[in-house]
Amino acid sequence: MGLKQNLHKLKEKYKGTKMAPAFNALHTFLYTPNETTHSGSHVRAADDLKRTMNTVIMALVPCLIFGIFNAGYQHYAAIDATLRLDPLGNFFTWDNFILGAWTVLPLVIVSYVVGLGVEFIFAVIKGHEVEEGYLVTGMLVPLIVPIDIPLWMLTVAVIFGVVIGKEVFGGTGMNILNPALTIRAFLFFAYPTWMSGDKVWVHGAKEMAGKPDAISGETILGSLAQNHEPIYSVWDSFWGFIPGSVGETSTFLILLGAAFLIFTKVGSWRIMLSAVIGAVVMGLIFNGVVDQGWIQQGSSFYGLMSETFWHHLVIGGLAFGIVYMATDPVTASQTNKGKWIYGFFIGFISVLIRVFNPAYPEGVMLAILLMNVFAPTIDHYVLQGNIKKRLKRLKAKTA
Amino acid sequence: MSKDIKIKKGLTIKLQGAADKTLSNAPRSRTFAIRPSDFHLVTPKMVVKEGGKVQAGETIFYAKSNEIVKFVSPVSGTLTKISRGAKRVITEISIEADAQDSFKDFGVLSPNSSSAEAIKSRLLEAGCWPFIMQRPYAVIANTEQEPRDIFISGFSTAPLANDLDFSLNGKENELQAALTALSKLTKGKVHVGVDKTGSSPFKGMKDIVLHNVSGPHPAGNVGTQINKIGPVNKGEVIWTVAPQDLVIIGELLLTGKFNAERIIALSGSEVKTPKYYRTRIGSEVSTFLYDSGLNNENVRVISGDVLTGQKISPKGFLGYYSNTVTVIPEGDDYELFGWNKPVFDKISTSRALTFSWLMPNKTYDLDTNTNGEHRNFVVTGSYEEVFPLDMYPLQMLKSCMIQDLDEMEALGMYEVAPEDFALTEFICVSKQPHQQIIRNGLDLMYKEIG
Repeated sequence: MGLKQNLHKLKEKYKGTKMAPAFNALHTFLYTPNETTHSGSHVRAADDLKRTMNTVIMALVPCLIFGIFNAGYQHYAAIDATLRLDPLGNFFTWDNFILGAWTVLPLVIVSYVVGLGVEFIFAVIKGHEVEEGYLVTGMLVPLIVPIDIPLWMLTVAVIFGVVIGKEVFGGTGMNILNPALTIRAFLFFAYPTWMSGDKVWVHGAKEMAGKPDAISGETILGSLAQNHEPIYSVWDSFWGFIPGSVGETSTFLILLGAAFLIFTKVGSWRIMLSAVIGAVVMGLIFNGVVDQGWIQQGSSFYGLMSETFWHHLVIGGLAFGIVYMATDPVTASQTNKGKWIYGFFIGFISVLIRVFNPAYPEGVMLAILLMNVFAPTIDHYVLQGNIKKRLKRLKAKTA
Repeated sequence: MSKDIKIKKGLTIKLQGAADKTLSNAPRSRTFAIRPSDFHLVTPKMVVKEGGKVQAGETIFYAKSNEIVKFVSPVSGTLTKISRGAKRVITEISIEADAQDSFKDFGVLSPNSSSAEAIKSRLLEAGCWPFIMQRPYAVIANTEQEPRDIFISGFSTAPLANDLDFSLNGKENELQAALTALSKLTKGKVHVGVDKTGSSPFKGMKDIVLHNVSGPHPAGNVGTQINKIGPVNKGEVIWTVAPQDLVIIGELLLTGKFNAERIIALSGSEVKTPKYYRTRIGSEVSTFLYDSGLNNENVRVISGDVLTGQKISPKGFLGYYSNTVTVIPEGDDYELFGWNKPVFDKISTSRALTFSWLMPNKTYDLDTNTNGEHRNFVVTGSYEEVFPLDMYPLQMLKSCMIQDLDEMEALGMYEVAPEDFALTEFICVSKQPHQQIIRNGLDLMYKEIG
């Protein structure tokens, strides 16, 4: 009781001052506000934006925990390849966890501290409330970067992403591009050597490169793009015992997250399903091209094109992107019909970029950002359908 | 002839404190009040001065923009006070009631044998015109336009709403008279929507087209029925009338008296004995609130239902159009970690640690807390789940907010009233005031397009 009353007193004291938004943010983190309705619907449903965002974070937690273990596992397995003979037995160990936590948690902390810091500053300057959008972005960012990304790079990228990707448009709900992917795209184009290649996905690989105890950290996509035979099985990639960005490797856990998001109605099943269909269709087209003999072994596209179509779904960041990034309601298509089209093209273009851009064998990020830009156009045409129906009705009347 | 309409999308909100189906006479109110704000976009021009005597049915003011639209007193008595607010806008007109009503006699008018002209001028003269609402714009009907059709919803699906099957019982003659009269005012039809499973007095009436409607709220909203039966196109006008207002119109025609009697449902979780009361438009709600008793001091008294009603003080007055008074707890308190802990005692359409989906038959005791703060629109696709009209609610709200008249028109603003957006407002995660946004949009269109 005491805390509640003291916070209330402080709220009244700081009302109308510059610091009110920052203070309110802390207050509303602890307590839902005492705001009441005035007119219209006098009663309101239970969920607010904080709860919605919190649900997405809950769906991401398994990926984070797995990512922590996987960081350690990939490091030790790269040094001692025998560990891979029994991935499950060597996965959930204290060694893996400690190394993983030591490398992953700083990413999480930097992401949240820097991102929320920028949000607070903007809220105070512009006098609006601190909005919840960054709660999810802040969790997504550490999960989609290479494990060894220097923290200062992450800091620069997060500032760029939050300011240019979101706040200049007016904050949460107003942005055009997915903020987390804006951050990743910034890193990718500003610091390419830290974001691609075969030495960034396993902790320590880059430092030891060229030395006698160098370790390999090639991802499946990297291997395929260079027409190597990947050393990981399909089951490895389904369960997630493979190198990759921190939280995106386990398709199994991503599927669990997807089920949770769909069940809670927070994530759009339309986008997820149609994106999978899009990826499968593109995969089948490439498989067909190879079957027809139009692309021969030895072509630089052969490795990825001949990959069985469904295998695309469990490698790289495709599943993670579809479930957690493409479904961002602000930057996706907003109409239900639009969501089908939007999702389909994300899957379709992701696989397309994968195959045709071997320098960067991952297309999900660019596919989603591209479709973010087209989402309003898709919605526009969907709306036109409804508008035309109304005009037709009018014509039928007057004719 | 009857037709079936099945509504699939929507949400029936089950609240505690449904009115028991017993009818009492509310003690007669000493003071009555008319609030011009009940009549949207009407600027009142007073006819009676402070201290003037009026009979029930006598004009107290008319609309400045159209003098033939008159607003009459629900009782006989003395006009004691004209309260004014900012810019001298009249906020409330108080009338101290006589012990017994004396009615102004308008004379009997047979709806069967009278002309449309005669009916119309009688409705105008006796102050019944304000009961006729029009779409587009959701305002009192324009006296110069003939409606394409007239729509009446014979039941309500709003939470704790007045059960019209109960409160219209015994009013069949008045209803039939009003329906016959209205059917002469349009070349189109009078469409009446009734609950498919109910025993509505409208079933079996003549001069109407009956529609059996089923489904969750907002199946009982007249806007939903219009959208399914015959949506409003650009350039068309349709009228809507509430059933209890039909009774007043019918009685006027049959007896020559303007009898402002209302059977209201007093409901809500804070009412000790929720039940039905016979009272009058504009009466003090305290007359029946204290008769039934309240559980608590810190309550919200709403003239109307919880989704569309007006907040009034416990000493306030029944609104001109209300047939329900709902009393629910105020929610002006903080809740520790209310945004992330599991929720069992509130309603939600999502399943984000909220469990109302597990208990579809549970009745809830909701308060007026917004359960969160006002934000920009973020979530998409949720409004469509509860919005049965063939439109894009989110896009419509946004077009209203940016005042894009072309877009508003193209998306179907002519067809809607604020109440059609009550459910989307209820479930809105960003806690946006949807009904207000739509009202402002309609007002803008009215001003710019007319």
